[in-house]
Order: sequence, then structure tokens, then C-alpha cells
Amino acid sequence: MPRLSSVAELDAHCDDLVAAQDASKICVTICSGTGCHASRSDKVYQAFLDQFDHHGLDDQVDILRTGCHGFCERGTIVTILPQDVTYMRVKPDDVAEIVTKSVLTNEVVDRLVHHDDDGQGVLREDDIPFYKLQSPAVFGMNRFIDPQSIDSYIVRGGYSALAKALFQMSPEQVLDEVKTAELRGRGGGGFPAGVKWQTTRDAPGDIKYVVVNADEGDPGAYMDRSLLEGNPHRVLEGLIIGAYAIGAGQGFVYVRQEYPIAVDNLLVALDQAREYGLLGPNVLGSGMAFDVEVHRGAGAFVSGESSALMSAIEGRVGEPRPKYVRTAVSGIWDRPTNLNNVETWATVPLIIDKGAEWFTGIGTENSKGTKIFSLVGAVTNTGLVEVPMGTTLRQVVFDIGGGVPGDKKFKAVQTGGPSGGVIPEEFLDLQIDFDELAKAGSMMGSGGMIVMDQDTCMVDMARYYLNFLAEESCGKCVPCREGISQMLDVLTRICAGDGREGDIELLEEISEVVKGWSLCALGGTAPNPVLSTITHFRDEYEAHIRDKRCPAGACKELISYYVDPQKCQACMICLKSCPAGAISGGKNLVHVVDQDLCTKCGACLDACPSRFDAVMVLSGVPVPEPVAPGTQVTRKRGGASG
Amino acid sequence: MTQVSSTADAVVDGHKGDKSSLIQVLLEIQQQKHWLSESDLKSVSRELDVPLVQVYHVATFYKAFSLVPKGEHSISVCLGTACHVRGAPRLLGRIVDTFKIGPSGTSADMRFSLDKVNCLGCCALGPVMLVDGEYYSKPSQEDLEQLAAAD
Repeated sequence: MPRLSSVAELDAHCDDLVAAQDASKICVTICSGTGCHASRSDKVYQAFLDQFDHHGLDDQVDILRTGCHGFCERGTIVTILPQDVTYMRVKPDDVAEIVTKSVLTNEVVDRLVHHDDDGQGVLREDDIPFYKLQSPAVFGMNRFIDPQSIDSYIVRGGYSALAKALFQMSPEQVLDEVKTAELRGRGGGGFPAGVKWQTTRDAPGDIKYVVVNADEGDPGAYMDRSLLEGNPHRVLEGLIIGAYAIGAGQGFVYVRQEYPIAVDNLLVALDQAREYGLLGPNVLGSGMAFDVEVHRGAGAFVSGESSALMSAIEGRVGEPRPKYVRTAVSGIWDRPTNLNNVETWATVPLIIDKGAEWFTGIGTENSKGTKIFSLVGAVTNTGLVEVPMGTTLRQVVFDIGGGVPGDKKFKAVQTGGPSGGVIPEEFLDLQIDFDELAKAGSMMGSGGMIVMDQDTCMVDMARYYLNFLAEESCGKCVPCREGISQMLDVLTRICAGDGREGDIELLEEISEVVKGWSLCALGGTAPNPVLSTITHFRDEYEAHIRDKRCPAGACKELISYYVDPQKCQACMICLKSCPAGAISGGKNLVHVVDQDLCTKCGACLDACPSRFDAVMVLSGVPVPEPVAPGTQVTRKRGGASG
Repeated sequence: MTQVSSTADAVVDGHKGDKSSLIQVLLEIQQQKHWLSESDLKSVSRELDVPLVQVYHVATFYKAFSLVPKGEHSISVCLGTACHVRGAPRLLGRIVDTFKIGPSGTSADMRFSLDKVNCLGCCALGPVMLVDGEYYSKPSQEDLEQLAAAD
């Protein structure tokens, strides 16, 4: 392990690493982010090792476990370099074929490459439409590096921005660069990072702290996790640069314990950075002293709020406090503390390296640079997407995301998580930036983008978010604690078919109080999911209240499952899948749901083969009388039997 | 009589008795034992010199902590928004039925404990559940029954 005590030594080490690279040597990269890990990428990795052993290839082939590539839907993702062929949805059983064809010879395993709409195989990852339309400035390096190897980061120019900041720029110049770049916080608020840095820098006191907020609690968003686990050194580099500009000697990373891989990779990264002299009493020989501690969050959404997070770092309950004095001036142990989220910190090295002008050249007037979104829900290409600010929602959801799967209809896209709102189809050409989304009644948030199709009930969605917020409210202030739970009661009764006239207005009225008088942003933004669904989908609320009907067929109390006797092919699949034993029928006999026994779990709907499509969800209409026992099915042409 | 928890003592030692490590200490005990007993909390309070009421405050505030024993196998079902949109509530209902999870979150035979979590961060695979650290994407009823029957 080299100890780097000057820029020259960092450069020399980087040169050595570059020289040691053999561009012609075959390298197999395997995505090992959480998404691919969940798709058993560890078994794929082991299968490659076994195959290399079997073919005696150990010395001739490199193998690299990389961070998240973003296209999580298609995991496990394997790329063979230098040919640059990417295989998707790789299972351990596919590995032998990949090695025999793609490693030992120059063939391609066609069935595992991406196929475009015309059925044409796409070999290079960059040519896949999902990636082609993105600008992965912050996220792009993930797929080329091993997050557990600092050399893997350095060989790609890692820590050169830190060297530049420490030796070619004064702290003030670094600060000015970030200000000129107009970098706005990526965690949700969009507050100018440079201004916040300046406040902490100017605050009185010798001891100052910098914090990485990796308490990504917004359900349905995982950008920060993928950055931290896939490229921890970039986040760390940004943090050290920030500490230099601010004059902080100690950093903290507050990370959710639900992200075990991120915690592991981060701890490894910190150890390596210490060994290399990039953390410690004399960072890169500059005389700056800086180190970082990791705090694992114990599961509380409100702890992502800055003052709450700082309480949690102190070992106390993570509750927000009134911010008459901002945390930038009085934070952890009452010392000036600057907090930014993972993505913001990870953007800093790029700004220092490429300059503020490069950064301001991307994006819209008030929102510069790129932003990573977690494009999830009812969308064909699920995954992480990085696009310039100003890209339209339509481009993200349809051009990159491939639209809604199946023949379902797009209904809305939700941004900003529990603090945000839904955006319906007519606003799809909206340019994504901090201000435009706010104008549409939603917000940027940390970057969750959840696509909803016709099967998503908007009242249920509002109820879902309010239920989440009611559980996560710390209960310290009355408007949030009581207001949210009252709103949840109203929404719950609407979903249960017990809604009353005037409920919509009541929700609006409570919203005003919760919005105006809560202590922190959790309460202050809590009504957004309700208000935006009322604004854009009032008819759905009215259908629930007046007609006791859930148009999306999602609210359990308002729906019935029914097997269409004309379509049922008596395949017995739904019958076997019913955990309540509520479906009767037999070979060649039409299956019937006993409405009294049915628990409305939906197992039959999920189980019914799509080619039959016989299980129906009924709402607002009476369930037809069941067919007489012993009724035979009407066979589709071509026949089908169980 | 003073109750002693050796797990708690060992974990506190690892953190050199630093008061601000309270949450980290509790997390480690939780990770090792899957729950926090009264004697654990008392030991932590004594060793870290933090009032017991504060230890309870923290232990009951955060979701990661359980003050009741957990079943042998742990099931987490993701109820994050992406999974919700893809039918997580239906999966949850099936899991409760199939594994016979009681109101306390644990099955009567203490074999399975169910936790509802808000996002496991693998939204592309939703609805997702985690059984003893293994991820299951869109599990079928058959998958659930196999898991329930397995040892």
C-alpha cells in the first residue's frame, strides 16, 4: 500500500496503475449492486470463478465486481471487455456458455444480449436506448470500478480533483467555484450548496463538521445507495474537498442500516483512504487533518431531516428541533455543521475537476447539472437514470423508461416521495427542474420517480403516503402528529367505501394547518400527496365517496374478484393459489370465487395466466350470480387444459 | 439483583463506553440477538452511563429495534412505493396467511417473524421480500408455501 504524501506521488501511483493495465487482457465485469445482488450476482460471480478454474484461465482473465449500472431490471449484468459485449439477466447456469463462447472465442451469446424493439441484438451497453439517452456524469463511473478498490478509482483519475483543490486552490476559491457552479442540494430542498458551505465556514468556532446524509428514506428511491455502494471514493473525495473549503476537521456519514452493502463498501473505502494518507492528520501531505466516522441509522424516516440526523449522530433520538439557528451554524454538539446528501457530495469532484463553467453549461436557468432519478413502478425499463436538468418527464418515462409495460395505460408519475405529488399525463412535457416540478404541485425531492398505471388508485396512493408519514412522524409537534393521523382516518374511510360528502373539503382544510404549522419539512410537505391527487384526480375521490367505486380496482373493500365463466379454461391455477380455499371448480369445470370466503388477497388475479385473463376485478357493480355447479368451461380455440 | 447481559457488555466494550455510541451499540446487539431484552437495555444503560429512560426512548423510537423475541426466520416484505404500485399489499396479505403470522408479527410456533419495511432499494424487482437475507422477486404462492414448509 503506497502512502501518498504529495500530488507527485498520487500522479506517479496513478501512472503505475495505468502502466500495469493490459488493454488486451479480457476482463469480465459483474454488477454487484444491491439490485443485481438480489438477482443472485454473487452466484454468477462464483460460477465465473469455477469456469475459469475449469478452463485454466485464472491468470489470463481479470474479473471485476462493479457497482450498480443502473439497469436493475435486467440484472445480473455482465460485460466482457475489451470486446465490450454486455449480457443481461445472466443466471449462474448461463456462465459456462458465456465463458466458452465469449471468453475463449470471440462469439456472442445472442440470447443474453439486449434486443431492441425490432428484435435486433445490441451488443454494447452504451448503445442500449436506456443508456444512450442518458448523461451519466456522476453515476457513469460506477460500472467500471470495483467499489472495494481505491486503485480502481485512482486509475480513472480519482482524487485528482482533491489534489487540485488542496494544492492549486485556496479554500475560498473552492467555495467560489461551487457557488459559481450554482450547485443545488440533491437531497430534496434544492438549497444552494455553496451558500450553505459559506455559512458554516463563516460561523464562529474552531471545530466544524461536514456530514454526508445517506439516510435515503424516501420509499422507491435508491440513487444515493447506488452511488455510495458503487463509488464510495467519489463521495468521500467530495466530502474532503468540502471539508477543506469549509474548514472542517471531522466528517460523518449517516447511512441507513438497511443498506448493508453500502456500509461495507464505505468502511472499506475509509480504511483504504486512511492507509493511502487521503484521510488522517496530513491529507495528501497538505497539512490538512481530516477523518470520517460512519453512523448507521436505525430506521426512522424523520432522521433524514438535518437537525434530527445530527441528534441521531449524537446518540439521541432523531427528532427535529426548531431551526431558529440553522444547523450550518449550530449543528452536531452545537458546532457549525454542513450537511449535504450523497449525490451533492459526489458532484463536487466533477465541478472542481471540470470547472463551474462546464457544470453551468448543463441544465436549465435555475437548475444546473445532471440529476439521477430512480425510475420505478409501472415502467418497462426500471432502474437509475441520470439526465441533464431540463429533460422532460416524457423523455424519461417513455424514451428511456420504455413506457408502461403490457397494454396498460399510463396514469401519473409521482416525484418527490412522501413530500411530493403526482403529475398526470397532460404535464408530461414539463421540463424536470427544481422550479418546474414545484409549479406543477410536486417537487424534485431526492429523485424518486414512480410511474403509475391504470391499476393504481390515486386515493389509495394518498392513503399510502399518509400512512407512511403517520408512522414516521416523530410526534413532537401537534399539527404533524394529529393532522396527519386525522387525514389518514378520512382517507382510510374513503378507501373503505365509508367516505362522506365534504370529506374532500375537510382534507383540504386540515392540509392547510399541517402545511403551515408543522415544525419540520416532514409535516410541512405531508399534505402534498393528498392535495396533488385531489387537484388532478378529484373524480376518483368522488367515485369512492359517491358511487362506492374504486375506478382502478385497487381498494380492497370496494372490489370483488370474479372469474369470468366465458374466459375460464379450468386450468386450476387460481384454485390452487387461493390461500383461503375460496375458489371451487375442477377439471373442465368453471371456477367460482365464493365471495363470503374470499379475503381479497388477489392471489388468483396474479396467478391467472395472462393468455386466459379470466380473473376480473369488479368495483361499483354487483357480482354476477355464480354459474350453476358443474358448468363446463367454454374452450378457447386450440384448446387448453390443466 | 443486577441483571447482566454479556452480549451488551461485550458490545459496549467495543465502543469504549462512548455515550454517543448508544444507537450503534443497540444496533449491534439487535443484529446479534435479533431483539433487545430488558437486561440488555439495563446493561447498556449502566455501562454507557446513560439513563435507562433514554435508552428506552431510543430503543422504542427506531424501527430497527425489537423489544420482543423474534421468530427463528426473518421475513421482510417491502412496502416501498414502487413495490406498492406493483402489488405489495397483496403479497403482504398472502405472506401473513401462508406463514400464519400473528398480530405480534411472529407466528405462534415462533418460526417466522414478519417485518414491513419501506424500501429495500431493489425497486426493479418489486414486489420484493427478503427471507433470512435472501431476496425473492415477485414470489408465487408456490414459492411462499415451499418456504413455509422448509426448515
